[in-house]
Amino acid sequence: MTSVALLRQITDYANRADPYPLYAELRKTPVVRDEDGPYLVSTYWEIHSLLHDPRVSSDTRNLSPEAARTISQEEDPNLPPPFIKLDPPEHDRLRRLAMRPFGPPHTPRRVYEMRGELGEIVSGLIDGFRDRGQVDLVDDFSYPFPVTVICRLLGIPREDEARFHGWADTIAASIDPAHGTADEREAQLQVFRQARTDLASYLAGLIEERRRSPRDDMLSAMAAGYGPDGQMSPVEMVSTSILLLIAGHETTVNLITNGMLTLLRNPDVLQRLRDDPDLVVPLVEELLRYEPPVQLLPQKTTLADIDIAGTTIPKGAPLWLVLASGNRDPQRFLDPDRFIPDRPDNQHLGFSSGVHNCFGSPLARLEAQLALTELVRRLDNPRLVEDPPPYRHNAVLRGPQHLGIAFDGLRQ
Amino acid sequence: MPPVSVDGSLEKLRREGHIVIVGASLAGLRAAETLRDEGFTGTLTLVGDEPHDPYDRPPLSKQVLLGRVPADHTGLPRRRALDARWRLGVAATGLDLAAKRVHLADGDSLEYDRLLITTGVRARPWPHELEADLDGVFVLRTSDDAAQLHRRLNAGPSRVLVIGAGFTGSEIASACRERGLDVTVVERGSAPLVGALGGVVGEVAAKLQREHGVDLRCGVMVTGLEGDSAGRLRCAHLSDGSTVEVEVAVVGLGATRNTEWLASSGLGAGPRGIACDAGCRAFDVRGIVTDDVFVAGDVARSPHPLFGYQFLSLEHWGNAIAQAEVAAHNMVSSSTERRPHVWTPSFWSAQFGVNIKSVGVPPMADEIIVTQGSLDERCFTAAYGYQGRIIAAVTFDQAKWLEFYQRQIEQAAPFPPEFTTVDRRPEGMRPVPADFPDPSLPSHGPTVTLSGHSPSDRRISFTPLHA
Repeated sequence: MTSVALLRQITDYANRADPYPLYAELRKTPVVRDEDGPYLVSTYWEIHSLLHDPRVSSDTRNLSPEAARTISQEEDPNLPPPFIKLDPPEHDRLRRLAMRPFGPPHTPRRVYEMRGELGEIVSGLIDGFRDRGQVDLVDDFSYPFPVTVICRLLGIPREDEARFHGWADTIAASIDPAHGTADEREAQLQVFRQARTDLASYLAGLIEERRRSPRDDMLSAMAAGYGPDGQMSPVEMVSTSILLLIAGHETTVNLITNGMLTLLRNPDVLQRLRDDPDLVVPLVEELLRYEPPVQLLPQKTTLADIDIAGTTIPKGAPLWLVLASGNRDPQRFLDPDRFIPDRPDNQHLGFSSGVHNCFGSPLARLEAQLALTELVRRLDNPRLVEDPPPYRHNAVLRGPQHLGIAFDGLRQ
Repeated sequence: MPPVSVDGSLEKLRREGHIVIVGASLAGLRAAETLRDEGFTGTLTLVGDEPHDPYDRPPLSKQVLLGRVPADHTGLPRRRALDARWRLGVAATGLDLAAKRVHLADGDSLEYDRLLITTGVRARPWPHELEADLDGVFVLRTSDDAAQLHRRLNAGPSRVLVIGAGFTGSEIASACRERGLDVTVVERGSAPLVGALGGVVGEVAAKLQREHGVDLRCGVMVTGLEGDSAGRLRCAHLSDGSTVEVEVAVVGLGATRNTEWLASSGLGAGPRGIACDAGCRAFDVRGIVTDDVFVAGDVARSPHPLFGYQFLSLEHWGNAIAQAEVAAHNMVSSSTERRPHVWTPSFWSAQFGVNIKSVGVPPMADEIIVTQGSLDERCFTAAYGYQGRIIAAVTFDQAKWLEFYQRQIEQAAPFPPEFTTVDRRPEGMRPVPADFPDPSLPSHGPTVTLSGHSPSDRRISFTPLHA
């Protein structure tokens, strides 16, 4: 497939259910320039090294003008770029400020202390399966769960959660654009822009409220907290909150859905998890390797010529790091296409690596661990309604659009 | 001996031989675990002079002094069951190479087929014995040391004196300040950490200490410690004529290799450690490599191809593990299956709220350049250059970039780096002298490049020195 546009094959919906043979093909040339322009990197060590390479930028403003045209960027002109699209030092400052109220060293217990609340949300959603012989895991569980979590984390009042869910759904849908006429796409874009504007102004108002009367939540801490880096500006807080919502939403949906799909495809593993719930910790790591929610990172670029794996990637080139392929690299993982729930030495790329490694990973891990343990414990004789399930269009944030699961009953 | 029976004897060793490991700390434990992983089913004995099970030392100067972890709670996690005989609390006192015997302090002796020496180092004590014996004078190396020092810090001494601003001394000063204790640090050199990281970075460390309220005195030596009539430390006299009243003094003057027990053994052991080849086999005093005595960890000196084949002595946590694993593998492998220990030196420290990490051998450098971030912000990456190649790098709160620089070092990439990076500031545009107190310039030699990532695949290829 040397001369075929690899990138088009990856984005081709026909390959969505199982892109892994394509990645295996891709790995035969670890670094290759696709005829559509980007350099695709598909092997573990090469991806790993580029994720730690200070000559690689995440700021799309560094892309060459031609390359910038190939990725559709729908930015809010009123908000500064979120830190995922910034380089140090701005990235570091914003990420440090966001981390202060979220994780160690300043707030080491935030995620841990959400454990009980997360468990209740999970139980509540599964209780909703009662009297039904079949559910769509995506709509009935995987979607609502992370949005509720992010609401509680940020401190969205309960009465506003429904509105928040609405905005989140609209924004999430825009990540997976419709393939209709130009008019239909434009109409969808309008809805998306409106939702984003509404969400931004809602958050700005809430942040101001929390600044005046703080509570024990992340927005209050961001609005009230001061550190060596000072404080985020109000628009930076809005931008960061939206980033946390989007980045922590779709990805977690896919992680949980892929998790159940994989377990139902491997009934022996499902039984092991039922018998030994502690297995969920390494199991989720293996899941992040085996079916990573973010398949590739398409928005990096080079600040200088980079020699790697016998190829020179020129300055300003768009760089696509195919994390999901690196995760299946036989040079790094023994028997990479097997799902081994207690796989040793599992330093997967599921959360990326380097300065941009997943900000919300501790929360995502906990969400997936709680969700999978409870689903497996409570669903009696769960089975897939169809395999493969229908996938959403998105090749980057890859996951099933629906996952029908039939079951005989619900345990307490 | 025909090859078949050589293999046969190796098989016999792996099946029912006796391996003795002298030194039951990080390197000894990891070596023992690796031996079992490699399929060694014979008798395994670990000898340690401390009574404790193997424990981790880095927390002793950090979390333990802060009271977050008790000193006896830093036991090393076990990778696997060992089925070993433990001789803890008993020091080895001698080695008979001909008889293949290790003599122990309790009069016992152990016969071995293969011996691994991982006796490490100990804290260099205050040189004046009577002063060192004063109540309030401490060193910090063992968990017992840490327990005692922690207890004394809990009593709230009016002032703590730290003698020597290397990594251990600086970490102790940091912990004391975090506990709200007044601290005076006396450093003979021009700045803290100057020996390890040079004057440019040392200056940053000095500012960091002073910002955190340390009474830092550089270019000064402690000339004497003085006690009261009850033998309690009362004050310290400094070479600038001044006196500091202190109740506690911690001596942070580096480490001494535990090699005295090998003095008459015929092994190439001395104050600088035990020389071994890249395969961790010890040299005897004649410069002939032994076949049944191996060395790993802080006590080893081994030649490193990246640094002109100088023997390197490394007191690094990661080196102890990596070298122990290589030594253990080689002890039970035939000569063609043996691996070289070509670990790139690296270490970390946590002090005054900053994470410091380094790779390579900074003291070899003549120049330094700040490639990312800014010295003033205490958040930076700096690369060290030696004769036109990158020889080392250090990060302050930027550890995630370090791996990139490690590869640059391993590939003997040119210095100063010619490429653009994220977060390059004006100060990072040209190199400045690295300002090491006593640069030891090695002789010219070939430069070496490493390639590959898997430990068993670190091929060494020679490339000519940059012109």
